[in-house]
Amino acid sequence: MTNKIRTLDDLRRIREASTDLTSARSKGRASIVVGMGTCGIAAGAREVMTAALQELEKRNIHDVSVTTTGCIGMCQQEPLVDVIAPGMGRITYGLVTPEDMAAIVAEHIVNGHIVERLVIGRAD
Amino acid sequence: MPIFRSHILVCGGTGCSSSGSQDVQKVLRDEIAKRNLDKEILVVQTGCHGMCEMGPIVVVYPEGTFYCRVQASDVPELVGEHIVKGRPVQRLLYSVPEDASRVPFYKDIPFYGKQHRIALKNCGYINPDNIEEYIARGGYEGLGKALTSMTSAQVIDEVKASGLRGRGGGGFPTGLKWSFAAKSPGPKKYVICNADEGDPGAFMDRSLIEGDPHAIIEGMMIGAYAIGADEGYVYCRAEYPLAIERLKTAIAQAEEFGLMGTDVLGTGFNFTLHIKEGAGAFVCGEETALMGSIEGRRGMPMPRPPFPAVHGLWGKPTNINNVETWANVAQIIVNGGAWYASMGTEKSKGTKVFALTGKVKHTGLVEVPMGITLREIIFDIGGGILNDRKFKAVQIGGPSGGCLTEEHLDLPVSYESLTGAGAIMGSGGMVVMDEDNCMVDVAKFFLEFTQRESCGKCVPCREGTKHMLLLLEKITSGRGTMEDISTLEQLAEMVREMSLCGLGQTAPNPVITTLRYFRDEYEAHIRDKRCPSHACTALLRYEIDPETCKRCGLCAKNCPVSCISGSRQEPYRIDQEKCIRCGTCFQKCPFGAIGKN
Amino acid sequence: MSFSAQEMVEKTRKIVAPWKEKKGGLIPILQEVQKELGYISTEAMETISKELKIPKSEIYGVATFYAQFHLKPRGRHVVRVCRGTACHVRGSLAVLEKVKEITGIQENETTDDLRFTIEPVACLGACGLAPVMMVDSQTFGRLVPGKVQGILDTFR
Ligand SMILES: Cc1cc2nc3c(=O)[nH]c(=O)nc-3n(C[C@H](O)[C@H](O)[C@H](O)COP(=O)(O)O)c2cc1C
Ligand code: FES
Repeated sequence: MTNKIRTLDDLRRIREASTDLTSARSKGRASIVVGMGTCGIAAGAREVMTAALQELEKRNIHDVSVTTTGCIGMCQQEPLVDVIAPGMGRITYGLVTPEDMAAIVAEHIVNGHIVERLVIGRAD
Repeated sequence: MPIFRSHILVCGGTGCSSSGSQDVQKVLRDEIAKRNLDKEILVVQTGCHGMCEMGPIVVVYPEGTFYCRVQASDVPELVGEHIVKGRPVQRLLYSVPEDASRVPFYKDIPFYGKQHRIALKNCGYINPDNIEEYIARGGYEGLGKALTSMTSAQVIDEVKASGLRGRGGGGFPTGLKWSFAAKSPGPKKYVICNADEGDPGAFMDRSLIEGDPHAIIEGMMIGAYAIGADEGYVYCRAEYPLAIERLKTAIAQAEEFGLMGTDVLGTGFNFTLHIKEGAGAFVCGEETALMGSIEGRRGMPMPRPPFPAVHGLWGKPTNINNVETWANVAQIIVNGGAWYASMGTEKSKGTKVFALTGKVKHTGLVEVPMGITLREIIFDIGGGILNDRKFKAVQIGGPSGGCLTEEHLDLPVSYESLTGAGAIMGSGGMVVMDEDNCMVDVAKFFLEFTQRESCGKCVPCREGTKHMLLLLEKITSGRGTMEDISTLEQLAEMVREMSLCGLGQTAPNPVITTLRYFRDEYEAHIRDKRCPSHACTALLRYEIDPETCKRCGLCAKNCPVSCISGSRQEPYRIDQEKCIRCGTCFQKCPFGAIGKN
Repeated sequence: MSFSAQEMVEKTRKIVAPWKEKKGGLIPILQEVQKELGYISTEAMETISKELKIPKSEIYGVATFYAQFHLKPRGRHVVRVCRGTACHVRGSLAVLEKVKEITGIQENETTDDLRFTIEPVACLGACGLAPVMMVDSQTFGRLVPGKVQGILDTFR
């Protein structure tokens, strides 16, 4: 790919295309936090994390951050995923599978609907 | 493009590199690959974060967790705990010296809290070797705007409206300077970036180039468009190999992307940029000497006028600005002059980067709005004096600057206020001193510097600084007379008034200010043959307290000139005639029985 | 690294060649010569003078003006103890004294075995880590005199 910039529009285009380069360095509009304590990993949190990243990539979403957190003490509910989106507080999902994760991205992040069947906790 | 869920930024600046950041980076990449995380975690090398003292610095995003003094051996734990399990490694977090509490995030660290980063916006945040990261942060928008929607006169007006003044020392209004070069007739003009940074104790220009080279290039191109130049030079000290490397890469990338060269953005604007390595002479930072050096001559200043704007490099109209000045330009064009002018004081607008060093807890680069007080910089941002000793003075402006004291701590910092107090803004070096620093010794230190760097072209500077230095050496070795002080004052006045260039004209400043604010220290050296700070070795006396001495003999064993005698029966004592005052015995004594006087 | 007079002349010629038609080449040429030969030899200065048709006095003038150029061979390792302000107030003098004591030479001198040369430097730009010294291209910060021996030992 040659990136010759010949006009101002070319510059803007490259800027658009490059935002992902640094977008992971800001919090983004929403964030997904995957519990990755020993118990979480044992319960399949790694696969859930990968599913989240793949789904975001597939949908070309670049302003959502994905981070990990340690054990929060509800090990029987692992894998645990928190989604923090503006106006919807912090929603904790339990026993999440990779397929659930894809649904969470589609419903919660994209459409703004909480996936009620998986919710195990809410906070503001 | 794959999405990385986390970016790990490793500082690759000179400071962190010398504390081992290259090893950290290598081990980190290996560890990430070993754990198959290389599809989701990106390791990025950045420029300086300004907190070199705490290096190597590693920042983990998106959380913005700030780790300091990370060693290669810490990496497996950092990856295993933080990256995999999301648990920050407590022991590597920044700790607040006051209460030893750990601060996880960049934004909460007091050192960064009061800063306002414009010139340093991208430093430590982007990978300087990747032009796309610069563009992603709005880079080259300023150039685009200037070239496509502004006339050169409008560009100059915008810079004038911003109130930006030269950051290289003089503080000359940048927009006005550009308008001179713009008015000079001729098809061939040059722009120059002064990156000689000769002021010892200042390193903002190095950090700016290392951390965000494209910002300087973009600024220069906007300036070139404004004055009608098509060629530029960056004159960089040879002591800054990393900065030169980064700049070379940046220029190559800008050319590859078509942002430099011919017909930029289809507007007919042409520009090429060269790098010139300096060869180690302080006076080459002076603009006329600098141009002489680019032309391959001895770098000696020339009388002005003619000014460079009229008769500059190879006789052509030339505009020369400092690195930090250039670094502000693009953002002024993007956000407007009024935006920049909304910060700062009436006559000193915007922000200034200071290199805070010496006896403060947090040394480093700080960018603050003009008008902030010295107290805020030294105590709030810098965390106060090292080992909680007493603040004595702060030297501002390097060899041309002066020492300010306690009474100036609440002075709002601006070009005018600093000059009024006897210092200068200079390039923004701030060296903090405590009770252990002798002000006569500091004055001598600076004169040694200017005397060595005087180019020898004009007599007042060449001879005057030499004799001032001799007098100071006489005083610090205990042979001074009261008369020497008045001779020193006369010489200072003479050198200041009669020298050809800024080097000589400002060389006496450190002597003048220390005489003004610390005259009693000079008098103590002369009258009492005593250095109140115990810094001038010739006036020191080491003595062993016979009561406290446990007769272990460690001092005598370590004395390089065998001037200590004693035995198990008899307390040890120092033969003052033979003693060379090296201080070895003082350091070795396990019982604190040796006193310094 | 030592070259015969003939080699020096040839190497210098090669360095000068691309600059013959251009302006401003003297300093870059001297920098390049020093990189190749280790110092600016008389032979090199004579060659530059002949090739560029500028007087020897001018070349000597430029070479002696800048701290970077050396007219004598130097040691395998160059030790630069920073003498900048930030380093000064944090005790760089004691570090320098230690280096002198260990190597037995003064500033701008070279040990007889050509192992070390000590050079003064105004500021290394790493003031945050003061006091600082540089051996060849490696920088060492937060120094105390006690650390010097260990550092120098790693440079043979
Ligand atoms: C002895 C001497 C040394 C100087 N050193 C520097 C320097 O290292 N860097 C710098 O930017 N300006 C230095 N200057 C100031 C330059 O002459 C010139 O004013 C400056 O580059 C203009 O840029 P500005 O308007 O952006 O500040 C020095 C001046 C003198 C007299
Ligand atoms: S003063 Fe020593 S590195 Fe700057």
